[in-house]
Amino acid sequence: MNGVRPGVGDHADPRRTRTGLEGSRVSFARGSRLVVDGVDITVPRGAMGALLGPNGAGKSTLLHLIAGVERPEVAALTLDGDDLVSLRRRERARRMALVEQDAQAPDGLGVEHVVGLGRIPHQSAWGGDSARDREIVARALAAADASAFAGRRYDELSGGERQRVNLARALAQEPELLLLDEPTNHLDIRAQLATLGLLRRLADDGLSVLAALHDLSLAASYADHVVVLANGVVVAAGEPGDVLTPPLIRAVWGVEASVLRHPSTGRPLLAFAPAGADEAAGAAEAAAHEPEPA
Amino acid sequence: MAMQVGRATDAAGRPSVDPARRPEETAGRPSAPRRVGAATAIGVGGALVALLATSVVLAVTIGPAGLAPADVLASIAAHLGLGEPTLSPLRDAIVWELRMPRVLTAAAVGAGLAICGVVMQALTRNPLADPYLLGLSSGASVGAVVVLVLGMAVALPVAAFAGALAALAATLGLARAAGGLSPTTTVLAGLAVSAVFGAVTSLVIFWSATTDSYREILNWLLGSLAGAGWPAAALAGAAIAIVGLPLLATGRTLDAFAFGDTAASALGVHVARTRALLLVATALLTGALVAVSGAIGFVGLILPHAVRLVVGARHRALLPLSALAGAVFLVWVDTGARTLFDPRELPVGILTALVGGPVFAALLLRARRAS
Repeated sequence: MNGVRPGVGDHADPRRTRTGLEGSRVSFARGSRLVVDGVDITVPRGAMGALLGPNGAGKSTLLHLIAGVERPEVAALTLDGDDLVSLRRRERARRMALVEQDAQAPDGLGVEHVVGLGRIPHQSAWGGDSARDREIVARALAAADASAFAGRRYDELSGGERQRVNLARALAQEPELLLLDEPTNHLDIRAQLATLGLLRRLADDGLSVLAALHDLSLAASYADHVVVLANGVVVAAGEPGDVLTPPLIRAVWGVEASVLRHPSTGRPLLAFAPAGADEAAGAAEAAAHEPEPA
Repeated sequence: MAMQVGRATDAAGRPSVDPARRPEETAGRPSAPRRVGAATAIGVGGALVALLATSVVLAVTIGPAGLAPADVLASIAAHLGLGEPTLSPLRDAIVWELRMPRVLTAAAVGAGLAICGVVMQALTRNPLADPYLLGLSSGASVGAVVVLVLGMAVALPVAAFAGALAALAATLGLARAAGGLSPTTTVLAGLAVSAVFGAVTSLVIFWSATTDSYREILNWLLGSLAGAGWPAAALAGAAIAIVGLPLLATGRTLDAFAFGDTAASALGVHVARTRALLLVATALLTGALVAVSGAIGFVGLILPHAVRLVVGARHRALLPLSALAGAVFLVWVDTGARTLFDPRELPVGILTALVGGPVFAALLLRARRAS
């Protein structure tokens, strides 16, 4: 996992020797349907993984299973070697945080209140916010580039600003693992890049990050590795450049894609043929001079 | 928001946004929330405690007999063994046997209903939730009336609790079957459940009627503290002590529900167990309160929202302050109910509805604008 990203990914970094998240045979049934079917997944400490797949592939469910929101039927899940399934909820919430898709809050909550929610797993019922809690909230706001709107109301923020506050709330939990369900959903491109850039920085600082994403090019440019889910099963996993090939994209999403290279970063960039233009797609693919991996 | 022209790139060659270049788009917004620290909340709490104590003494003086606050204090001191009785036996009985238990019952019922409102609003994420609107109060009334008719007054709190629980289950079940626990669906389901339980209450009273059944029906359906003596005050007080006070410690847990069940779970809350436990506790509290007062509406709706406007949405402050505000509110509204048309009594629920209806309408309009 080196060489691809100049400047980061120093594999001798001691942080990376920690194991991070390791899951195997993670399964979950809804009714008689296996929504997540024997998934193996690894997110090394300090790495950023992207969870890809069409709608209904089981991405959200897998994140919920890892976060402990739902209980897997069969699974071995460990974080830095500790068994997660038997971990108490509160303890688990001190070690990992989940940023949900389209988080909705009632009107009138202040940003600092929202970020302070992340301290709940660390607090007792009667005690107030300690000086340490307030300091961690301030640090989380700063780390998520959200300090500027600390004094505002959550419901008045733009989508991108809200997402940074959500991220700050997750960081206030002081997690080792950060799980995000489509964190760029409904954001304009500037906010999408800001969010993913932030996640990248956090991973480089030693946090393990696993994000479900829809935009394959963005996933390829920010993630260390990608995991592709379809019908609850992992169909491919590895470095973005190895995994995101036209045949795989055709098989999983049913669309024709060409893989280009980003002119300045050299990371994979996907161009999609318009729907219903299957024949033109073949020609476009040839024109892109992209060698088809076997 | 100023456009950021040009693209920054981080060390890894990825496009990034330089935080230093992000414009300060937020400074000085007029709509910033009130920053209410723990000190402010404690200050407001202290003021409410003082206001409640003053209100209790003043409310006892109001009405025929021309009592002064000093008379009330003297009577209290005498009965607590702290001084010699100075009032005539008749005036002392008015203070200690007639008005004091009623005022204290009003305070306990007001506090308890406000606590129930806060807890239900948080757990159902529904700003319109309240023990009355979701049918719990009507259910508790049925339970209470049935055991009273059967002459089993000992079972009163238990039966009222069972009725409240049945009504809560019916409302939530109906709302869920009707497409989900949205605020509007839940309130409509509560309306249906209230209508049925209210009708059953009226039928039971009518069927067993020996005296003034119309007044009796009104008192249960609209709520009244007329005739609340020391047993009522003791029951309501015990409910506050046993169920209400522990609920005050759930503030942080209720905060966790702000972003919904999944978020609460990811914050370490056992969602299903917590919700079931706390909703049963609100049914228990509502049952005990309705057993002494009938179904007084809107207290659980008005006070939490009013207090939220002052101290914000943090439940650790909202719960105790709503309880105190609810106590003060009901003490004065009940004083109005017994004196406005003196010597006739107005069921206190008529006055709470007079205040609560417009509050409900305002919340409805706000919820509609938000969606």
